[in-house]
Amino acid sequence: MPAIQETVDQVRQIDVDQYKYGFVTDIESERAPKGLSEDIVRFISAKKNEPEWMLEWRLDAYRRWLTMTEPAWSRVQYPKIDFDDLYYYSAPKSTSGPKSLDEVDPELLAMYEKLGIPLREREILAGVEGASDRRVAVDAVFDSVSVVTTFKEELKKAGVIFCAISEAIREYPEIVKKYLGSVVPVTDNFYATLNSAVFSDGSFVYIPEGVRCPMELSTYFRINERNTGQFERTLIIAEKGAYVSYLEGCTAPMRDENQLHAAVVELVALEDAEIKYSTVQNWYPGDKDGKGGIYNFVTKRGDCRGDRSKISWTQVETGSAITWKYPSCILRGDDSQGEFYSIAVSNGYQQVDSGTKMLHLGKNTKSRIISKGIAAGRSDNTYRGLVSAHRKASGARNFTNCDSLLIGDKCGAHTVPYIESKNASAVFEHEATTSKIADDQLFYCLQRGLSSEEAVALIVNGFVKDVIQQLPMEFAVEAQKLISISLEGSVG
Amino acid sequence: MLEIKNLHASIDGKEILRGVDLVVPTGEVHAIMGPNGSGKSTLSYVLAGRDGYDVTDGEIIFDGQNIVETPAEERAAAGVFLAFQYPLEIPGVATMTFLKAALNAQRKARGEDELTTPDFMRRVKAASEKLNVTQEMLRRPLNVGFSGGEKKRNEILQMALLEPKLAILDETDSGLDIDALRIVSEGVNALRSPDRSMLVITHYQRLLDHIVPDKVHVMSAGRIVRTGGPELALELEAKGYADYAGEPA
Ligand SMILES: Nc1ncnc2c1ncn2[C@@H]1O[C@H](COP(=O)(O)OP(=O)(O)OP(=O)(O)O)[C@@H](O)[C@H]1O
Ligand SMILES: [Mg+2]
Repeated sequence: MPAIQETVDQVRQIDVDQYKYGFVTDIESERAPKGLSEDIVRFISAKKNEPEWMLEWRLDAYRRWLTMTEPAWSRVQYPKIDFDDLYYYSAPKSTSGPKSLDEVDPELLAMYEKLGIPLREREILAGVEGASDRRVAVDAVFDSVSVVTTFKEELKKAGVIFCAISEAIREYPEIVKKYLGSVVPVTDNFYATLNSAVFSDGSFVYIPEGVRCPMELSTYFRINERNTGQFERTLIIAEKGAYVSYLEGCTAPMRDENQLHAAVVELVALEDAEIKYSTVQNWYPGDKDGKGGIYNFVTKRGDCRGDRSKISWTQVETGSAITWKYPSCILRGDDSQGEFYSIAVSNGYQQVDSGTKMLHLGKNTKSRIISKGIAAGRSDNTYRGLVSAHRKASGARNFTNCDSLLIGDKCGAHTVPYIESKNASAVFEHEATTSKIADDQLFYCLQRGLSSEEAVALIVNGFVKDVIQQLPMEFAVEAQKLISISLEGSVG
Repeated sequence: MLEIKNLHASIDGKEILRGVDLVVPTGEVHAIMGPNGSGKSTLSYVLAGRDGYDVTDGEIIFDGQNIVETPAEERAAAGVFLAFQYPLEIPGVATMTFLKAALNAQRKARGEDELTTPDFMRRVKAASEKLNVTQEMLRRPLNVGFSGGEKKRNEILQMALLEPKLAILDETDSGLDIDALRIVSEGVNALRSPDRSMLVITHYQRLLDHIVPDKVHVMSAGRIVRTGGPELALELEAKGYADYAGEPA
C-alpha cells in the first residue's frame, strides 16, 4: 500500500494543470539554424568532431531520406510535420563536460529534483554513496549532449564502456562501425533514416565477454529546446555471456508547439548474452484540449544474434501526444528469447500506437508479450504486434497476452495482432481481454472510503502489476506514480 | 444516529423514493422488509451517497449532520457502511490489499494514523477467522470468483474491520446456506453495540430469528408504510405484502 499512498500524495501535490513537469529551464543553447540540408548534417558532424566515415554515413542516410515518404499505416493522426521548420541540433553552452558535480549547472541539478528522479539516483548525482550495494550509473543526456557521467571508473574496471555515442564514435570507432546500423539499417524506415542523418547524441554501452555489468545503467532524456527535433541514438552491445540492465526515463517541459522525437535504439546480444532494457516515458502529452505535446516516433530493435541470447523490453509509456513505437526482437540465434512487457497509458487526446515484433528466425526460439493498455479521456490506444516464424524456426514458441482497460466511454482501445508462421512446428498463443472500470466498481470503492483517485490507482495498479514486477525496483515506484498522475482527473 | 425526513430521490428523472421517514436511534437494529422493487436498495444507495441518485427533497441526518450533499467517501469515513446486495468484483486487487487501502483511507480521512502492517494483519486474522474467511480468499482478487455466500461473508468482514457507526445490510442473508447464515448472523450480532446502529434489509423472517431487530419497517412503493416490533416480521411472513400494495413504482 505505501506505493499507492505515495502515488495519491503525489497526485494531490499537483495543482498546476495536468502536467507537473511543465517548466522551462533557461540554460542557453547553441543550435544549428532551422531546417535540414547537407550543410546542417555537416554542421552536426563537425560540432561533434566526427571522423570522416561518420559524416559519410550521415550524408548517405540524408540522401536516402530525401527519397522517402512518411509512413501512414498506423492509427495515429497528426498535422503534417514541416521538417524544414525544426532545429536539428542544440547543445548546452559548455560542451567540454564538467569534471565533477560542482561544475554541473545548479539549474540542471534542480531540475532533477523537480523531476522527482529517485532519491538514490539523486544521491549518486550528488556524490553520495548509496546504502544499497546495487548502484545506478547515470549518464544524463541533457538536450542532446551528455553533461554528466558518473561511475565511469568502476565501469572501466569491469571493462564496461558506457559513454555518449559521440564519444564512442571518436574513441571506439571499430566497435561503432561494426554495429551501428546493423540492427536498424539506415533505410529501415523514414524516421530511422532521418535519425541516422542527424542524430545528436545518446548512449553507447559495450559489455565485454563474460562480464555481468556491476550496476544498472540509467539515462535520463529531456527535451528542452523550442522546436528541437530530438534524435537520440543508442547502441548497446553485450558480448558472449555478458549481462546488462539498462534503464531509460524521460520527461519534458511544457510547450505549445509539437516536438518531434525520433530515436533509434539498437541492441545486440551475442551468444548467451542478456540485455534488459527498461523505459519509463513521460513526455509532455499536450494540454487538456490536445494542443502541443511530443510526437514520439521511435525505432527500437534488439538482435538476439547469438545462440541462447535473451533480450527483454519493458516499457511504461504515459507521455507524448503521439506514440509510435514497436520495440522488437530478432530471434536469430537458436534457443534465443525475446520478451516485451508494456504498459501504455493514454488520457486526454493522446494517441498511442505501440506494440512489438517478435521475429523468430532460429530454432527453438521463444518469445513472450505482455501488453497492458489503459485508455482514459478521449484517447486512443492501439496495440499492434507481429509474431512471425521463419521457415527454419522449428519449435518456435510465442505467448501473447494483451489486456486493455478503459476508463470512461470516450476513449478507445484496439488490438491488432499479426501472426505469420512459415514453420508448422511453431506454436503461437494469443490472449486478449478488454475491460472497463465500471461506475458500480468505483462506487463500491468510494463506499469503503477510497477517493476516486485512490480507487483508480488501486484498480490500475492491480491491472498493470504483472508488468511493473518486471521493472527494476527504483523504476517500479516511479512508474506507478507516473501512471496515477497520467490518469488524474479521468473519473469523477 | 440516523434520521431520514421526507426523503425523495429519483434516478434519471424517475422518482423511486417518495417521502421516506425513518428514525434509527443509536445502538438499535432496525429491519426493513418490503416487496421487490419497493426501493429498499435504492434507499441504501442514497444513504451511502451513490452518484446518479438525485435527492429532490428531504434530509438525511446522520450523527446530527445533514449528509445529503456529502460525497460517498466522506460518508464512509464518517461511519456509514453498506453491505451490498450484489458485492462488486475488482480484478487484480487482492482482497487483503483492498481491505488495507480502505481501512487506511478512512483512518486518514479522520486524521488517524495508518495502521502498521502487523497491526493490520492481527485485526484481519481475528475478524476473518470468526467469519470463516480463509487466508487463501484474502489473497485472491476482491470477490473475483467468490461464491455468493463467500461474497456476503466478505462484506461482513469489511464491516467488522471498518467498525462503522451505521451499517446498512442489504439482503446479506440471500444466497447463504444454513451454516453460513448462522456464521454471518453471529458476526453481525458480535458487532451490535450501544454505539452502532444497523439497518437490515431482508425478505426473510429466518434472518431476524438470528438478528433480532428492535423495530421492523415495511417499505412499499418508495415509502415506509408501517413500523412495528419483531412480531411484524412474523405477520408479514404469514400474510405477505398484499395489504401494503401501494401504487406501483
Ligand atoms: N438505474 C435505474 N434506472 C431506472 N430504474 C431503476 C434503477 N435502479 C432501480 N430502479 C427501479 O427502482 C425501483 C426500486 O428498485 P430497488 O432495487 O431499490 O428495489 P428493492 O426494494 O431493493 O428490490 P429487491 O427486493 O428486488 O432487491 C425498481 O422499480 C427498479 O426497477
Ligand atoms: Mg434490493
